[in-house]
Amino acid sequence: MSTLTISPSPHVHSGDSVKKNMYGVIIALIPALAVSLWVFGLGALIVTVTAIAASVLFEYLIEKYLLKVPSTITDGSAVITGLLLAFNMPSNLPVWIIIIGALVAIGVGKMSFGGLGNNPFNPALVGRVFLLISFPVQMTSWPLPMQNTTAYLDATTGATPLGIVKEGLANGTSLSELMNQVPSFVDMLVGKMGGSSGEVAAIALLIGLAYMLIRKIITWHIPVSVLGTMAIFAGILSYSNPEAFAGPAFHLLTGGALLGAIFMATDYVTSPMTNKGMIIFGVGIGVITILIRVFGAYPEGMSFAILIMNAFVPLIDRYVKPKRFGEKVK
Amino acid sequence: MLKTFSLGGIHPEENKFSAGKKIEVLPIPTQVSVPIAQHIGAPSTPVVERGDSVKVGQIIAKSSGFVSANIHSPVSGKVFKIDKVLDASGYKQMSIIIKVDGDEWEESIDRSTSLNREITLSAEEIVKKTGEAGIVGLGGATFPSHVKLSVPPGKTCDILILNGVECEPYLTSDHQLMMEKGEEILVGTQILMKALKVDKAIIGIENNKKDAIEHMTKLAEQYKGITIQALKVQYPQGGEKQLIDACIGREVPSGKLPIEVGAVVQNVGTTFAVYEAIQKNKPLFERVVTVTGKSVKNPGNFMTRVGTPVKDLIEAAGGIPENTGKVIGGGPMMGKALASADVPVTKGSSGILLMPDELSTRGKTESCIRCSKCVSVCPMGLLPYLLMTLSQKAIWERSEEERVMDCIECGSCSYTCPSNRPLLDYIRLSKGTVGQIMRSRNK
Ligand code: SF4
Ligand code: SF4
Repeated sequence: MSTLTISPSPHVHSGDSVKKNMYGVIIALIPALAVSLWVFGLGALIVTVTAIAASVLFEYLIEKYLLKVPSTITDGSAVITGLLLAFNMPSNLPVWIIIIGALVAIGVGKMSFGGLGNNPFNPALVGRVFLLISFPVQMTSWPLPMQNTTAYLDATTGATPLGIVKEGLANGTSLSELMNQVPSFVDMLVGKMGGSSGEVAAIALLIGLAYMLIRKIITWHIPVSVLGTMAIFAGILSYSNPEAFAGPAFHLLTGGALLGAIFMATDYVTSPMTNKGMIIFGVGIGVITILIRVFGAYPEGMSFAILIMNAFVPLIDRYVKPKRFGEKVK
Repeated sequence: MLKTFSLGGIHPEENKFSAGKKIEVLPIPTQVSVPIAQHIGAPSTPVVERGDSVKVGQIIAKSSGFVSANIHSPVSGKVFKIDKVLDASGYKQMSIIIKVDGDEWEESIDRSTSLNREITLSAEEIVKKTGEAGIVGLGGATFPSHVKLSVPPGKTCDILILNGVECEPYLTSDHQLMMEKGEEILVGTQILMKALKVDKAIIGIENNKKDAIEHMTKLAEQYKGITIQALKVQYPQGGEKQLIDACIGREVPSGKLPIEVGAVVQNVGTTFAVYEAIQKNKPLFERVVTVTGKSVKNPGNFMTRVGTPVKDLIEAAGGIPENTGKVIGGGPMMGKALASADVPVTKGSSGILLMPDELSTRGKTESCIRCSKCVSVCPMGLLPYLLMTLSQKAIWERSEEERVMDCIECGSCSYTCPSNRPLLDYIRLSKGTVGQIMRSRNK
């Protein structure tokens, strides 16, 4: 026996750590990454590797030379930002644009607020939306699925299902006809459709969700409330006018709904702290997403919806309190 | 169906190494040191002087108020001195030091082990005698028991709840006591029921003690009004408010005592002490202490006289392991790290836990990643991450608004935080300050 340690209770710890949670999210993203490589081939590989490498490198450089603080790159959060950024880009995006995206995501989205834990907005989405506004053409040219295994910048492109429907409806084509032009729901489930590199694989994303729920990395509140709200809202619209509005299944399977609900909206740092708050947040995202998709200028609305609701998180946390013990009336 | 409390909770590794180990009587030491402050409330006043001869069970310090407790000599011998000695609190406290000579008990104590079922005292006499016997909550809270048995005017009690939960990992003293002294606990329960004038009692036991649930359920068939409630294993079920919620679904309002919802809670160890006091005339001067830890050779449960140095207990369990980095008085979640193994066992010592070096220090604190895990485990529905920040920034008004005083200091938040944030340390600081502010406002 050397000297005895004196410290206040508790004297035991769960063993949980930031790393365990972050690496857990990365593991949960692997199935979707695999599908992305299968569907979009070489381009997806280049985009993913570049985005991750650039995100980690920028975090390292900023911490070392600008902030002069100990490096946090091993905690896994920069890898997640890079991976999610890649998942939100078309697989034919030039390397230099990806690097700008990573710089904005890490530099502006995360480090300028003080690093992990302090950023109000999801860093990957900050990067993505910045690119969408700055490079609208490159960010909305979508490589076709299963046809570009070895192509990258020269990939053949086409519209996403959401794009087809939005465009078509604007031109007066009937919805039933448009539904014949978009991939079947089965193809959508396995990821055979145009879109950002990581958003197309419904089943793989759901596997990731199950994994995170089992490992208790996240709770059901956000994904279920986002997707549930979208389904109900889309369902009501489509019921009121089946020829003008696509149904719930179409909305849930397209345009990054699953990627956003499962992996972006659930970002610890930028989502509310209470279960009630999470549900309010999720419902807000669901409503805004459908509003933008159906009535807005962009065919997809998930990224904007999440960022808008991110801005409400401090307000939600200030006023939505958990159920306190002792509040129940006898 | 297993019941449990409604909000939060965690399930740490149980590590009940000493489960099933028969209660061994620890040899009487050569000298004991009995602190005069072993309970919540005013310290007692010594009534013996240096050089006095004392017998086992003789009163040596008198209760000095309503919330206070008598203290009885745990040994026979001579008072060596009354002086300040380091105790489990980490401070030097006034203690009565007695050099042991033989083992001569007060004649009034019935030392037979026969079971005495017949309760002859009246309710008032029971409360009075519980107070005289110096009985305090043996679960660790050490609140004087007679105070809890005196229902304040205007309030009514309709149920007694016994805490046989032992939700702290490692500890097994209550478990073993139920296995060996089940009948005595049940008679003790009836005594408490009589004192409180209630006809219903529930003994809550967690489901990791299936043998105790079975044993007590069988014994309880013969005792009217007493039922055993099996509970899902969940920390901190032994918290009074959590236990009441788990057993009968009533929530004690913020800032109020259990009596507000008609319940009184006593620990099973305390109940056994009440049995001995009322039926055997034996005041509280010994108790069962678990000695345990991952590297402890012979973890066990020991009947120990108050005032015995902790190191004697450790010796009995196979000696202090080479790699010991921390000695804890109590369980790992709410126990206190001891400054030395020389401090004495007191009425509140439920266990001695030895932690190996590698488990003795905390992990590195990182920034809050807002994972909300502390929020979801808090059994009181608080926001630990926010309370910590408010405490760091000394924003006391808002801390009070966020109900910092509701915190039961269970430690579930600190236990869970992936960033190793010292949440409870800061919350305690805040409770201290906010408590002071509230008291000065009421003056
Ligand atoms: S220590 Fe207090 S704040 Fe932390 S979980 Fe327990 S009751 Fe909640
Ligand atoms: S558990 Fe720790 S990291 Fe998570 S929200 Fe609470 S304080 Fe922050």
